[in-house]
Amino acid sequence: MAASVNKLAPGRILIKGGRIVDPWAGLDMTGDLLILKGKIEQVDREIRAAPGKDLLRIDASGLIVCPGFIDLHTHLREPGFEDKETIATGAMAGAAGGFTTLCCMPNTEPSIDRAATVEYILRKSSDAGSTRIRPIGCITKGRKGTELAEMGELAGAGVVGFSDDGSPVHNSSLMRHALEYSRAFDLPVIDHCEDLSLSKGGVMNEGKVAASLGLRGMPGAAEESMVERDIALARLTGGRLHLAHLSTARSVELVRQAKEEGLLVTAEVTPHHLTMTEEWVTGRKDGMVEDSVFLGLNAYDTNAKVNPPLRTGEDIAALIKGLNTGVIDAIATDHAPHTRTGKECEFDKAEFGISGLETALASLLLLVRRGDISLAGLISKLTSGPVAVLGKSCSGQNGFKPGNEADVTVFNPEMEWIVDPDRLFSLGKNTPLKGCKLKGKVMMTLVGGKITYIDKNIRTEVKV
Amino acid sequence: MTVSSGHRKQNREIEKRSGTTGNAVVQTEWHHRHLLDTDILSREEIELVFNHATAMEEILGREIKKVPTLRSKTIVNMFFEASTRTRASFDLAAKALSADVINITASGSSVEKGESLLDTVLTIQSLGADVIIMRHQCSGAPYFVARNVKCSVINAGDGWHAHPTQALLDMFTIHKHKNGLKGLKIVIVGDILHSRVARSNIHGLAAMGARVIACGPPTLMPVAGAFPAVKFEYDLDRAIQGCDVVMPLRLQLERQQGGLFPSTREYSRMYQVTPERLSRANPGAIVLHPGPMNEGIEISPEVAHGPQSVVEEQVANGVAVRMALLTLVLLGTSYGSFGK
Repeated sequence: MAASVNKLAPGRILIKGGRIVDPWAGLDMTGDLLILKGKIEQVDREIRAAPGKDLLRIDASGLIVCPGFIDLHTHLREPGFEDKETIATGAMAGAAGGFTTLCCMPNTEPSIDRAATVEYILRKSSDAGSTRIRPIGCITKGRKGTELAEMGELAGAGVVGFSDDGSPVHNSSLMRHALEYSRAFDLPVIDHCEDLSLSKGGVMNEGKVAASLGLRGMPGAAEESMVERDIALARLTGGRLHLAHLSTARSVELVRQAKEEGLLVTAEVTPHHLTMTEEWVTGRKDGMVEDSVFLGLNAYDTNAKVNPPLRTGEDIAALIKGLNTGVIDAIATDHAPHTRTGKECEFDKAEFGISGLETALASLLLLVRRGDISLAGLISKLTSGPVAVLGKSCSGQNGFKPGNEADVTVFNPEMEWIVDPDRLFSLGKNTPLKGCKLKGKVMMTLVGGKITYIDKNIRTEVKV
Repeated sequence: MTVSSGHRKQNREIEKRSGTTGNAVVQTEWHHRHLLDTDILSREEIELVFNHATAMEEILGREIKKVPTLRSKTIVNMFFEASTRTRASFDLAAKALSADVINITASGSSVEKGESLLDTVLTIQSLGADVIIMRHQCSGAPYFVARNVKCSVINAGDGWHAHPTQALLDMFTIHKHKNGLKGLKIVIVGDILHSRVARSNIHGLAAMGARVIACGPPTLMPVAGAFPAVKFEYDLDRAIQGCDVVMPLRLQLERQQGGLFPSTREYSRMYQVTPERLSRANPGAIVLHPGPMNEGIEISPEVAHGPQSVVEEQVANGVAVRMALLTLVLLGTSYGSFGK
C-alpha cells in the first residue's frame, strides 16, 4: 500500500485521530490535521473532508503528529566524502528519522567557506528532493582558524549560521571578531568547544573507564574551559553564540549562568550524550552489570567513539535537567556517518562519530518513558527549540498555523524495532545501538506536504 | 561475558561439592579460548596456571626439553611493536611444545604497505593459525582481533592496557618465592598510568588476595577510583615500608617531554629503588622488574643485580608460564600427562 501512496501526489492529506503536539501553539490534543496543496489547512478535534481522488487519509490513532524535526547539526559529508554519506542518502536518513530540515556542517572538502559551495549543496539537495537542507558556513577560511571566511557572502548565499565544527576556533581574538562581525547578519556563531591541548590524543572520556581500558582520556575541562572562554567573548561582543553538543554537567552550569546574565547564548545536546555513558565503550550497554566486572570481547566498541566523548551518569542527569529548565535549547544529532574501514579497526585509529539521524527519536523516547522529560518537551527541543536558535532565517517555520508549509512528522511511540545497521538509509552504519531493541518509530514524514518517508505499517486509505 | 562468569561460578560450585577449598586445582577447568587480560581469571584459574607452569619447568629441566603436546598446531607471533623477551619467550615456549611457529612483525610485512589490522589477521587465520599471539601499540587491539577470528588470541601486550602473560609470570615468580600470594604487600613503583604490566598485575594480584600499593608521581597515576583494590601513595619511602615485593616499572623517557615530570634526575631521586630504600622493606623482600630496565633511573644497578633481585628468574619463569598458557588455551584441561 505504501508504494501506491508514494506514487500519488495527493492534493489533500487528512491525518485523522492522532495526538497532535505543536510546541508553537502549545497544543497537545487528539484530533485531525488537514493539509491542502502542501500547506497546513486546518487543525481541529474532528475534520470532515469531502471525499475525492485527491484525498489521502491517514489513520493516526495511537500516533503522535507534530511539526517536522529540525536538526541543527548534521554531517552530510558531501562534497568530498561521498563514501561516508551523500546529500541524497543523508536527506533520506533524515526523513526516516522524522527530520524535515537538516543544517549541514561545513567540514566538507572543499569546506563551506564560499558561496559556490553553498550553491552546490543547495542544488544537490533540491535534486535529492526530500528533506530541506540548510547549510552552515565556515567561521574561518578552510576551517583553518587563521582568517575569517567571507561571512557576508556566505550569509547572502543562504547559510543559517557559522561554524568550524570538528575544530574549535582556538585563536580567541579571531573568535571575538567572528562574534562581532556576524552581528551584521544576525546569524549564530556555533562553536565546537574543545581545548585541543587538553584533549590531544584522547579517544574517550577521561576517567575511571579510560584508566581501566588503558585509553587516553579527554577531560571534561577541555570542553568547559572553551565554553567559559566563548561566554566571555559573547559578553564582550554582544554576538550570538551557539554552543554545539554540550557533554558535561559543568558546561550546562556555565550556560545557565550566561543565560541568567542575559547573554545571547544558546546550546544543544545530542541524543547519545543524553542516553549513553562512557561505559558503552566497554560494550556494556545497560550500565554496569554486577557480574561483569571484567572486559568481554565486545569491549573497545569503536561505534561508541565520539567527540565530545560519552561521559558519565551525572553528566547525563545535568544535561536532562538543562533541557527541562531551558538552559539547553535544542537536541541536535551530530549525525556523523563513517565508512566501515573508519570503524572496523583499532580503537585509537577509529574515526569519531555516531550515525544518529535514524535512531535519534527512538533513543530519546526512552527519556520520555523514564519520566525524564515530557513528550511535548522533547518535541519542542526538536522543533521550536532549534528554530529559536537559528532565528530569523527560519522564522517562517512555526508549527501548524494555517498557511504554513506542511512539514509534519508522524510517529508511533510504542512500536519496537531492532537496530540493524544494514537497513539504515544512511551510508554511515556506525551506531553503538547495533542490535539494540528500541521503542518508537517514525511512520511518516512530510516536507511541504510531500511524503518524504512512509513506513509500511502506517494505515492509509485513499477515498474514491 | 556471561559465559565466563558462569564458568567462574561453576568452578566455585565444583570446589564446594568436592570440599577441597585448599586443593581445588584438580577440579578447576580452563574455559578461556582467548587470554586477553588477567581480569577474567579467578584465583583457582591462576593457581591452575601455576600448577601447569610447574610441570612445564620440569620439562624445561630435562636433557631433551621438548614434548609433542602441541605438535601440528600453528602458532603465529604477531608483533606490531618492538619486543625482545616476550617474543623470544613465546617462541621458545611454542617450540618446546613442538608447535610450528611463524613470526610476523610490522616492519617488513604487509602492515607496512598499509594493510589494515583486520585484513592482516584474516590472512593469518586463513593460513591456518591456531593461536595468534599479538603485541600491539593500541589498547584493545586484541579484543578487536578476537571478535573477528575463529582461532585463539593471546595478548602479549596492548598499548597501556594489559600484558597478562607478564603478570602471570610475575605472580608465578612471587608465588614460588613466598609460597603463595595471599596477604603479601606488593609495591608497584613508577608510571602506573601508562603501564599494561601494572594493570594486569593489579587484577591478578587482587584475585590472589595480595595487597597492592601503587607508588609514583601524581601525573603518572590513574584517576582515583579506577582501581578500588589498590592503595595509591606518592612517597616511596613510606610505600616500601614493610613490603614483601617491590616492582619498579620501566620509565618511558618520552613521558618527560610530555611534561609529566620535570626531569629523570628528579624522578630517580624520588622513585628509584635503591639499597637504602629496599632496607625499609621486610627482610627477604624480593625485587621484580618486567624489563627492559633503565638502570640508574627506576632501579639502581646494585638492586637490579643484588641478592634480592629475581629479574633473571622472571625471564626463565616466563617460558614455563607461556607453555602452560599455550597448552591451556589450545587444549584446555582435557589433555593427558606430559609423557614422563
